Parts: sequence; C-alpha cells; structure tokens
Amino acid sequence: MKLVLKDLTKIYPPRGKGSAGAVVAVDGFDFEIPDGKLVGLLGPSGCGKSTALNLICGLLEPTRGQIFFGDEDVTGLPPEKRGVGMVFQHYALYPHLTVLKNILFPLENLRGSEKLSKQEMLKRAYEAAKVVQIENLMDSKPSELSGGQQQRVAIARALVKRPRVLLLDEPLSNLDARLRLQTREEIRRIQRETGITTVFVTHDQEEAMSICDMIVVMQSGRVCQTGHPQKVYEEPESRFVAEFLGTPPINMFSARVEKGGLYIGEDRVFSVEGAAEGEVVAGIRPEGFEYDPKGALCCKMNRVERMGRDVSVVFSHAAAISAVLRAIVDADEAPGDDEKDIRLSIDAGKLRLFDKESGQRIYCTLR
Amino acid sequence: MKKNNLKAWLYMLPALAFLGVFLVYPLIDVFIYSLEEGYNSASQTFFGVGLYNFGYVLRDPYFLQALKNTFILVMITVPLSTGLALLISLALSSVKKLKSLFQTIYFLPYVTNTLAVGLVFMILFKKTPYSEGLVNLLINFFGGQSVDFITGPYWAKMFVLCFYTVWVVLPFKILILTSALASVDQHYYDAARVDATPRWRVFTRITLPMISPMIFYLVITGFIGAFKAYSDAVALFGTDLNAAEMNTIVGYIYDMLYGNSGGYPSYASAAAVILFAIVLTITCINLIVSRKHVHY
Ligand SMILES: Nc1ncnc2c1ncn2[C@@H]1O[C@H](COP(=O)(O)OP(=O)(O)O)[C@@H](O)[C@H]1O
Ligand SMILES: [Mg+2]
Repeated sequence: MKLVLKDLTKIYPPRGKGSAGAVVAVDGFDFEIPDGKLVGLLGPSGCGKSTALNLICGLLEPTRGQIFFGDEDVTGLPPEKRGVGMVFQHYALYPHLTVLKNILFPLENLRGSEKLSKQEMLKRAYEAAKVVQIENLMDSKPSELSGGQQQRVAIARALVKRPRVLLLDEPLSNLDARLRLQTREEIRRIQRETGITTVFVTHDQEEAMSICDMIVVMQSGRVCQTGHPQKVYEEPESRFVAEFLGTPPINMFSARVEKGGLYIGEDRVFSVEGAAEGEVVAGIRPEGFEYDPKGALCCKMNRVERMGRDVSVVFSHAAAISAVLRAIVDADEAPGDDEKDIRLSIDAGKLRLFDKESGQRIYCTLR
Repeated sequence: MKKNNLKAWLYMLPALAFLGVFLVYPLIDVFIYSLEEGYNSASQTFFGVGLYNFGYVLRDPYFLQALKNTFILVMITVPLSTGLALLISLALSSVKKLKSLFQTIYFLPYVTNTLAVGLVFMILFKKTPYSEGLVNLLINFFGGQSVDFITGPYWAKMFVLCFYTVWVVLPFKILILTSALASVDQHYYDAARVDATPRWRVFTRITLPMISPMIFYLVITGFIGAFKAYSDAVALFGTDLNAAEMNTIVGYIYDMLYGNSGGYPSYASAAAVILFAIVLTITCINLIVSRKHVHY
C-alpha cells in the first residue's frame, strides 16, 4: 500500500495561560512512501515524529492536509477504519492478558463479514507469533518477558490483523545496545517477509540508516530531506542533515571562497567554480581524508585510535567548528603515534559546502 | 547472624511493645472476657468458664435484630456504593473540564462531620407536627402518601440508613476510583482504538482489570466499615437503637457495655468475638474471590 502525505500539518493549540504559544509539531509534510518499503522517520527528540505517526495512524486529527493509503483518502477516517497496525514506544501490551490473548485481542474485535471463528483466530495468532518467533511464549504474561520479547509480542499484535500499513514508534529505544542491533535486523526481516509498508520512527540515525529503504529526515516539524539512506548520507541538502547523519559525525570547518579558491583557515584546499565569494561552511566526512605528507590541510594530531582494521586520527585545526575532528584512514597508511604536525589531503568528491547563514547546500565544482 | 537477629528484635521492640499493649492485649482480653461466665465488673469475679455468653447473645432478640440490620446494611450498601462510585468516576473522567469542580462537590460529605450530616438527613426525612420533611413534600408532590422515615415502618428506616451510608462513603470511593482511572496509561486506550475495540469491551477488558486492585480494596474496606457501622444509626435514630429496631452489632456491643441495659462486658465481648469471626470470614472469602479476578 502506497502512502501519500499532502501538506500534512498539525498545530497544537497553546496549553493554557502562561505557556508558550501554539506548537507546529508537523509542518507541511509532502511526500510519498512507496508500496512495501521500510521507511525511517528520523529526527532529534521533540521534532514531531510521534505526532506525524499518530496522524498517519489516525489517533490525531491533522490541522490541515491529507493522507492517502493508495488512492483512498483516509484523512477523515478514525484509526479503527484505517487498517493500520501500531507498535507503541512502550509497547502498550495489556499486562493482565497472556501473550496469546494480547495477540488475539485485535481479532476478537472484528465484526460483521470480517468476523473469524475461534479456530481461524488461533491460527492467525500463531502465524503472527511464528513470524516474530515467540510461539513458545504464548502463555506468559508480558511482565514475565524481556524487553525484546515484549517488543516482538507488540509487533505480532500489530501484524495479526494484516494491516495495510505498519507503524512503529521508537520500537528499539527501550532495548539495550546488543538487543537493539539484533531486533532492528528482525524488524527488517519481518518487514521483508510480510511486505507491509512500514513506517519506523527513530531518533537514532544509525538505526534508520542500517535497515531502511528510505529515510525522511525531520527537524522541528519540517521535512529536511527524503531519499535512500546512502544517497542522503552522501548528498545532504543542508548542514543539519549532514551533521545529523553519520557516526563518527561529519567534520565541519569554517571556510571561505576567495579568488576562485576554497580556503580552510590559511590553507587553500581546492579551486572552486560556481560558488559566490564569501564565508561558507565546509563539511568533510571522516572517510574523506587521506594521510598525505603533501596534503593541503595542515593539522595538529592529538591521538590515533585503532579499532581493528580502521584507524581513526583525532586532530585539531584552527578553523574547526566541530568539537572533535576525526579522519578514518587505512591501517597501513596511518601516521605514527608520536607525530605532531601532519598533513591531510581531502577527497574533492567528499567535501560539501554549506551556506554560512541558511545552512543550505552550495553546489559547485571543486578541483 | 544470631547477634544481628537480636539487634533487629531490639530495634523492633518499641513498635512491638506498642502493638502488644494497645492491640494484642485488648484482643486477648476480649476473648477471655467472652469466656468468663457470670462476670461481675464491680467485684471482678466470675463463676466459671464456658460458652454460655455466646449462647445468651445468639438467643438475644436484640442481637439477632442487630445482626439482621448489619447484614442488610452491608449487602446493600457495599455493592451499591462501589457501583455508583464507579459510574460517577467514569462520568467524571470523561468530562475533563468539570473534573476538579465535581471532585470538590462529591468530597464535601467526606470532610463533614457524620453527626452533622445525620442531622441534615433527619431534617430531610423527619416528619414532625410542624413539617412533613423535604422528602415527604417531594413524595406528596408526585402524588404519594407521606412516610415516616425516622420513627415509621422498618423498611423506611432501613432505606434511610442505607441511603445515608451510601451517601457518606461515596466521596471517598469516587476519589479513589477517579485517581485509579486517571492512572491507566493512555497508550492502552490508544492501542485499543487502533484495534477497533468497542467501548464496552474497552471497559470490561482493559479499564476494569486495570483498576481491579482498587475496586477490591474498596470492597474489602467497605465490608469492614459497614460491619462496624454504628454512629450513622445513632445520628439518624438517636441512642435508643434497640427500641427503634435499628441497632447494629457494634451498637449492641456498646449498649451491653454502657447503654441502658449495660454493665455486661462478657456479653459485649462475646458479641465482639462473633463480629470478629464474621468479618474474618467475609475477608477470607473476598481474598479467595479476588485471586481470580484481581490483576496486580
Ligand atoms: N498534546 C500535545 N499538546 C501540545 N504540544 C504537544 C503535544 N504533544 C506533543 N507536543 C509538542 O509537539 C512537539 C513534537 O512532539 P513529538 O511528536 O512527541 O516529538 P518526537 O516524537 O519527535 O519526540 C514537541 O515540541 C512537543 O512538545
Ligand atoms: Mg516520540
């Protein structure tokens, strides 16, 4: 099921006297989620991700705009008529019911032509349980399960009524680091197996980057950029997106365009075409550097961190904006531990320029 | 290990001594009194030990009347007040804006003195040579015959007593239940809504189980409270409850000790032991029932 949002907006009214004015939690969402894809809604806390998800689900009414499932306009439909499966951040499993009864719950609500016999319900429940691999836990109470298992039960409960769209609100945020890695792969697998269009909310860029077919990067209610994770990572349209994506984060320098050259501090690193003269911000991913005695960038090396095959060089530079600068280089090309002044060369294809004021990307040719 | 234990007991000594003197000792004393036959409080002597006191009390028509009254009171007011409180709290929690206002109104009886409230009820229900009482005026208005609620037929008096008891205990129960309802996580309701759960099912399958510990608490304390009813009856019908046929078990005990027929601590103790046995039994039954239906 394709999902289309048109100018979707949610404005919360002011919360009584004394508090700040209206909050625009979701501001003019206008994009399309292709059928059968796993989409990550990504942004820092409080940027309106949950609000957006609740709008799609129908628990909240939009102030303006429309939502389409396929060609059907569902904007006016209540959540129960939309056929969505929702996994809440804290799972919202009914604590007094067993896992089986939790999974059966949505099925028991079906009425009229959709009504199922007891056998069919059980069959469907066990099918859903099998997808998330919890068949052996059916008689437990949620409180007897680990976080990861509860998570699976919540997914099974959302899947059991065969929703048109599956919505997950920060499904991994309550799990420990190890389980988080494992569970995100599970979500990917389940989504592939079922082929249900899935929207997955997270504030963790790594999570979204690793499993999603498409990411939607948000900032304070607005969509900054949408696209394939790798594409967004490599071609950020704004400084915010560039800085939000990637671990270790992108290195930011204050730079300027002068006499056809790009200067970082005193170092002329490239010649530029197609950029106006003046102050800019230059962003370079850690993998965009190379340790090179003839490199253009003169830096002070702080330390070398070796983690297996990769070596990351932590350095400082007078023009740096980022608190920590980091370059990832090959083990056999790394500088020695006790070097002080080093030179790094920059891969022209990995350097991105942004407007100093607006943070918008400046497209130009570097040589 | 042994030393630690000793220390622990030492720390607990003040509390234990307090409990012992003010709780355990009187309890044991009551049992002893109830077994002493022909006890004379002036000379502090008795003839023998046995179950005579129990036999006497259980054959005493006043006690049987009190027992009947108490049971009727308990069986009517506990379910009624709990059910009503649940209905009102549900209504309150669905009207967000009026919540605090209503809470104050319903809580007023709780902070008002029982005897004062009893007086007000008396004015509402009492028929005097000068006035029919407000309730009778209402009954007359709708074409009914006046009823003497305070000194009239048994059922009328029982009705007033039950009405009054429900009215007095209602605010506390509403307070407890509204806060129990408010503490149910909104996400459960959201999840139920996404899954198209009908309203009635949301109530029976989600709300009720979630607040069941609180309901259970109210039922248990309600039973115990109603079994110990006394001051309400006094407030409505005066101190001579035996004559008014409106005595309760606790009232009977009091009368046996200090009332017109007073001066019989042994009979009073026997009645107290019987009350204790009844409350214990009911509480045990409650606990057994709750094991199936209460979800913690
Ligand atoms: N019910 C509400 N009333 C008013 N403001 C709200 C409400 N819910 C959320 N907000 C505000 O809307 C913004 C987005 O919230 P939310 O969607 O929960 O963000 P996220 O899920 O990305 O952390 C926040 O600034 C939050 O304070
Ligand atoms: Mg959120």
